[in-house]
Amino acid sequence: MNWQGWAEIALTLGLAVAIAWPLGAYMSRVWNGERTWLDPVLKPVEALFYAAGGIDPRKSQTWHGYAGALLAFNAVGFVLVYAVLRLQGVLPLNPQGFAGVSPHLAFNTAASFVTNTNWQSYGGETTMSTLSQMLVLTVQNFVSAATGATIAAALARAFVANRGEGVGNFWADLVRTTLYVLLPLSLVLAIVLVALGLPQTLAASVDATTLEGAPQKIALFATASQEAIKQLGINGGGVFNANSAHPFENPTPLTDLITAVSINMLGWAAFFAFGRSALARKDIRALVAAAMILLSAGAAAVYVTETQAAPALVAAHVDASVNMEGKEVRFGAPAAAAWVAMTTGASSGSVNTMHSSLMPLGGAVAMFLMQLGEILPGGIGSGIAIMVVMALLAVFVAGLMVGRTPEYLGKKVEAREIQLAMLAVLVVPLSMLGFSAVAAVLPEALKGLMHAGPHGLSEILYGYTSATANNGSAFAGLSANAPWWNTTLGISMTLGRFVPIVAVLAIAGALAAKPKLAPSAGAMPTDGGLFIGLLIGVILILGGLQFFPALALGPIVEHFQALALVAAAH
Amino acid sequence: MLSHFRPALVLMGLFTVLLGLAYPLAVTGVAQAAFPVQANGSLVRDTSGTVVGSTLIGQAFAAPQYLHPRPSAAGAGYDASASGGSNMGPINEALARRVKADADALRAENPGVVIPADAVTTSASGLDPDISPAYAHLQAARVAKARGLAKSQVEAVIDAHVQGRLLGFIGQPRVNVLAVNRALDARAPG
Repeated sequence: MNWQGWAEIALTLGLAVAIAWPLGAYMSRVWNGERTWLDPVLKPVEALFYAAGGIDPRKSQTWHGYAGALLAFNAVGFVLVYAVLRLQGVLPLNPQGFAGVSPHLAFNTAASFVTNTNWQSYGGETTMSTLSQMLVLTVQNFVSAATGATIAAALARAFVANRGEGVGNFWADLVRTTLYVLLPLSLVLAIVLVALGLPQTLAASVDATTLEGAPQKIALFATASQEAIKQLGINGGGVFNANSAHPFENPTPLTDLITAVSINMLGWAAFFAFGRSALARKDIRALVAAAMILLSAGAAAVYVTETQAAPALVAAHVDASVNMEGKEVRFGAPAAAAWVAMTTGASSGSVNTMHSSLMPLGGAVAMFLMQLGEILPGGIGSGIAIMVVMALLAVFVAGLMVGRTPEYLGKKVEAREIQLAMLAVLVVPLSMLGFSAVAAVLPEALKGLMHAGPHGLSEILYGYTSATANNGSAFAGLSANAPWWNTTLGISMTLGRFVPIVAVLAIAGALAAKPKLAPSAGAMPTDGGLFIGLLIGVILILGGLQFFPALALGPIVEHFQALALVAAAH
Repeated sequence: MLSHFRPALVLMGLFTVLLGLAYPLAVTGVAQAAFPVQANGSLVRDTSGTVVGSTLIGQAFAAPQYLHPRPSAAGAGYDASASGGSNMGPINEALARRVKADADALRAENPGVVIPADAVTTSASGLDPDISPAYAHLQAARVAKARGLAKSQVEAVIDAHVQGRLLGFIGQPRVNVLAVNRALDARAPG
């Protein structure tokens, strides 16, 4: 560890929040339908979308209507992705000559990209045609991210409404978030990334002859355009198997800084946008602070673990100051540590280091940040929405202690909201731990593991954790491209995405119908240090206690085995 | 619910055209016009115009007159159409054996030196174009001998290719293997 490393980590984490502040105000204007400086260009396009779809963007939907529209749109997206992947062998723009993908892989990939997970059971450069990458995967990168954002917009409106009925218009939220936020930012970022070295071509590959005379086939893609939305949309699915460790996706420390910041930027922006739209800036700043404390602790922990002595290096009497297996020289431990925390704290899943080769506790941190529910800052909108659910639970717990009906942002929190909040929060461990428990005893599932022992259990637990949390990163020793894994991971992605989304929208519907209360002296303040501490406690107890037994059998056992190996080698 | 399918289908169609076709093609057009070198993979050509690789993509070197890259888990090694890491866990015995074998071989060549970690570990991509300055200098004696150069001459070439941290703290110091090997070839063909 050195000061440069700590400074690099602090800059990367801090820059994302700093940029998100003004960006959040802009995002809030987009959600609220206020004027923006892009109106002259984008208003006509937006109007065209509404006219073609027969949509009245000013018509506010009930939460049922909003959720129905959201589910219908995602169902159509699922079918489209599935169909194109199955048929890519006979469709155009397939210079690689790839065949259509198998039914279970197409199911998994469709679920994966529609749910904003971007789990990849396949290697990009060996499976997906240019058409598949562009036409379905890139499109889903945009619209799945926008889908997540819509629920935050709806929830923010519910807190402002006074005995209202509607939570906004799903179609307008979807179209406006895509056109005004994701598309312009992606265009700018893609061009910047090309200038910094990312390829952007429709050619599939180029043949080189190395200095030693050997042939080298170098895979190419329209990399920059997909990379930009992959990071900004908090998707994480790379065009190459090695993802953001691949020098074409992430060639230099500067591109690493820019793309890492891009992973968290819009997640934080959605926090600030929610604060502005819900007229609760100070309260939301407390949520940002709580999330930032947990995220920073995660990044620092990984920097520490990755500079501990790795058993294989110690045993071979090699310089063991950094665990370099699965890391790139240009990034080293600090950039890897910042990325591990930012990609698992958000629901990105892109990687610049191989998580399976992290030190045991480094891998545990990655899993734990996902198990906290993807709220640090999580996906665009989906992160702040679940964080608000956590805040409802925190005020509820505080209310129980003092015997008062809890309030949050001027709304009474009652039985229905808490039931729905628990539904949103409990489906996650049910899927993560339930599927892991079954897979751990099923021979069909165990065939896919690369490791036996605790690391094997970690491969299983990481897989279902990542899928349910809609993250998408992996302990990639797991060979997931098999019927059992593709199917069950696809199911856990769907559960982890749509159950919380519907629960959040139902909470929005319930809150919107309640009267907006004036601030009273009796209500617990939710913008100060006491609340931040309480919230962190609720998040850690909900996450930590449920998952501790599983983590103890996986990475924590492995940690002690690693310590024993290092001690034996000395 | 059924009434939602018309807008769902229409919007998905429009998004597919705008985001799936227009967006990547527009970026491709701008990229090819403004940054053709980067957009086509930062390719390196020899004097006859043959592509010898990409500055960004590592390639295998085994001959003594060249700097060697890190071990690679991409395909059979530096397969630039099958990127990936070893994914071996930290207490994997096969990893320990592989690291020990590579370290022993390097020590046999260079008795008494400290082996840097990047020399015996696979990268995340399997295509890492860089090695640490320490690993580059470790190889200077072998390269100099094979080329009939003084060790100091090879070290001068390596030093000229060390890229430091951005602004003094971002990223890690590194040496691009292909760039050094091309510079060595230009100076004294091996």
